[in-house]
Amino acid sequence: MMRLLSGDAPRSRVLALLLALILLALAFAPFLFPGSRSLETAARICVVIVLVASYDLLLGYGGIVSFAHTMFFGMGAYGVAIAADRMGPGYDALALGALAGLIAAGIVALLVALLSLRVRAIFFAMITLAIASAVAVLVSQLSAYTGGEDGMNLRIPRELTPAFRMGEVFGLRITGKILNYYLVFTGCLALFLVMLRIVNSPFGRVMLAIRENAFRAEAIGYRVVVYRAVATCLSAMIAALAGSLFAIWLRYVGPSTTLGMELMMDILLIVVIGGMGTMYGAVVGTAIFVLAQNYLKELMGGLSEATSALPLIPDLLSPDRWLLWLGVLFILSVYFFPTGIVGRLRGTR
Amino acid sequence: MPQPSLVTHDLTVRFGGHVAVDAVSCAFTPGELTAIVGPNGAGKTTYFNLISGQIRATAGRVELLGQDITRLPVSARTEAGLGRAFQLTNLFPRLTVLENVRLVVQARARRGFNLWTMAQGHRDLIDQAEQVLERVRLTHLANQTVAALSHGDQRKLEVAAMIALKPRVFMFDEPTAGMSVEEAPVILDLIAGIKADAQATVLLVEHKMDVIRSLADRIIVLHNGALVADGPPAEVMASDVVQEAYLGKELTDV
Ligand SMILES: Nc1ncnc2c1ncn2[C@@H]1O[C@H](COP(=O)(O)OP(=O)(O)OP(=O)(O)O)[C@@H](O)[C@H]1O
Ligand SMILES: [Mg+2]
Repeated sequence: MMRLLSGDAPRSRVLALLLALILLALAFAPFLFPGSRSLETAARICVVIVLVASYDLLLGYGGIVSFAHTMFFGMGAYGVAIAADRMGPGYDALALGALAGLIAAGIVALLVALLSLRVRAIFFAMITLAIASAVAVLVSQLSAYTGGEDGMNLRIPRELTPAFRMGEVFGLRITGKILNYYLVFTGCLALFLVMLRIVNSPFGRVMLAIRENAFRAEAIGYRVVVYRAVATCLSAMIAALAGSLFAIWLRYVGPSTTLGMELMMDILLIVVIGGMGTMYGAVVGTAIFVLAQNYLKELMGGLSEATSALPLIPDLLSPDRWLLWLGVLFILSVYFFPTGIVGRLRGTR
Repeated sequence: MPQPSLVTHDLTVRFGGHVAVDAVSCAFTPGELTAIVGPNGAGKTTYFNLISGQIRATAGRVELLGQDITRLPVSARTEAGLGRAFQLTNLFPRLTVLENVRLVVQARARRGFNLWTMAQGHRDLIDQAEQVLERVRLTHLANQTVAALSHGDQRKLEVAAMIALKPRVFMFDEPTAGMSVEEAPVILDLIAGIKADAQATVLLVEHKMDVIRSLADRIIVLHNGALVADGPPAEVMASDVVQEAYLGKELTDV
C-alpha cells in the first residue's frame, strides 16, 4: 500500500478517510450512483483530479505559474479526436491519437519552457497566457481539422459506447458506457499514482527545494532551468493524457470543454482550495468543487423554494446565484484554510 | 608549492559607472586559508558573486582547477568543485534540517533526475546527511523545520551544508555575522576542521580580527573594489594601506 502511494502517507486520519471515501465512490460509481448524470459527474471528477494534480506538479512543486495548462489538456483531447476522425473508430486510432497528443504536448511544453523559464515568473505566466490564447484561436480557425467552434464528435470502438450491452452485474446492466467509465477511472488512477511517485522521488524533492528557494537550489548544484523544464514537460504530458481520456469519455471535443479559460480558472481554484504541493489536495479539492458545480444549483433551487415564504432569502438562494455562492465558498476556504484543505487537515499552517 | 585551485585574472564588474570589483588578479592554493578583508562596500561579496557565478563578470576570467568557469552557470560551478556559504542566511526555510543537508548530498551524488524511485529509499544519502549533522552537532534538530531554528543554528546548518557538499574550494562570507559571542567559536572550530584537510582551499570574508589571527594563513585586502594588499597576516595588518582603508575603525579586536 505505502509502496503504491510512494511512501506519501496522508498523515491525517480525516484525510485518509476522505481519500478512501472518494476512491471507493469513484471505483463503484456505476453501482452506487446509477444514472447517466452521476456517471458523467464521476468521470469528470476522475479526469479533473488528474488535470489538477498535474497542475499541482507545476505550481505546487515547481512554483511555476502557467495559464497554458488546458492547452496541453486540449492537445491530448484533439489528438484522439483527429486520429479517430482520420483513421476510423479503432483502438489503434485512440492509442495513436493519445500518443501524438502526448508527444506534441511534450514538445510544445519544452519550447515554452526554454523560451521563457529564464524570464521572471510574472512574464512566464503572461507568455503562457498569450500562447494559450493563440492556440485557442488557431483551433477555432482550423475548422477543417478541428471542427472549429463546434468541436467534433468522436467515433470510438463500439464496446465503449452505450449501444454495447454485456449482461448484468449486481442487477446493473453493463453497457459500453460503463466499460468506458472504467477505462477512464483506471487510466486516471494510474496517472495519479505515477505523479505521486514523481513528487516523492529525488526529482520531486528538488522541485520542492526550487519552490522554496531557487537561488539556493542552484547554488548547491541543481540546474534550476533544466529541472523546471522537465517539470513543465511532465506536467504537460500528463495533462495531455487526461485530455485523451476525457475525449474518449465524452466522445466529443470542443474549445470550451478542453481549452477554455473557464476550465483553467477551475483548475487554479481547485489547486488552491485543495492545497498546493500535496497531490492529495487535487483529489479532495476536485471532488468538492465538481460536486458543488454540479449540484449546488439544485440544492439552492430546493432551498429557495423551501424558504419562499421569507423575504430576501429566496432571492439570494435563487439558482441563478450559484456562481456567487461558489465565489463565497472559495473566499471562505482561502481565508480559513490558506494552505488548502489538505494543509489544514495535516495541521500545517 | 602546490598548483593553485582557484585563480581570478583581472576580474572586473561594473554596475553602471561604478566599478565594484576592479581587475582583481589572485590565486588560491589548496591547504591555505585566505582571509579577505576590507571596509563595508569594498566589493568582497561581489568578488565572491563573480567567482561563484551569481553575477557575470564585465571583464576578466575565473579558473577553477585549471578549467575556465567564467561563463558557466552557478550550478555547473558547484559541480566543478566550488562551495559557497552566504553572508545572509540562505537555506530552505520550510524544509527540515535533515532535508536541507540531504538535498546537498543528493546534488553531489547527482541523483536529482531520478524520477522513479522514492527519495526515502536512497538510504545512503540520508545516512551521509545524518553523519554531517552529527559532526556539527545538529542531530537533535534533524526533524525541525529550518524556520524554527535560532539564527546561530541556521548559520551552523549552512556550514553543515558546505561540509556535505565537499567542494574543493570553500567560500565563507562572514559566517559568524550576527552570532553571539558564545556561538561563534563553534563555527570557527568547524572551519578550522575544514582547513585541516590539505586538499581544501578556503576563502573567508571576515571582519573580526581575532578570527583572522587564529585561522588565516594569508590576508588579501580589497578597497574600492581593488586588491590593495596581499600577504601573511602579521605583515598585511601592520601595513599602512590597511590602516588607511579601515581608517582604524573596523579592524579592531572585538
Ligand atoms: N547588484 C548590484 N548592483 C549594483 N551595485 C551593486 C550590486 N552588488 C553590489 N553593488 C555595489 O558594489 C559595492 C560592493 O558591495 P559588496 O556587497 O560586494 O561589499 P562588501 O565588501 O561585501 O561589503 P560588506 O562588508 O558590507 O558585506 C557596493 O557599493 C554595492 O552597493
Ligand atoms: Mg559582503
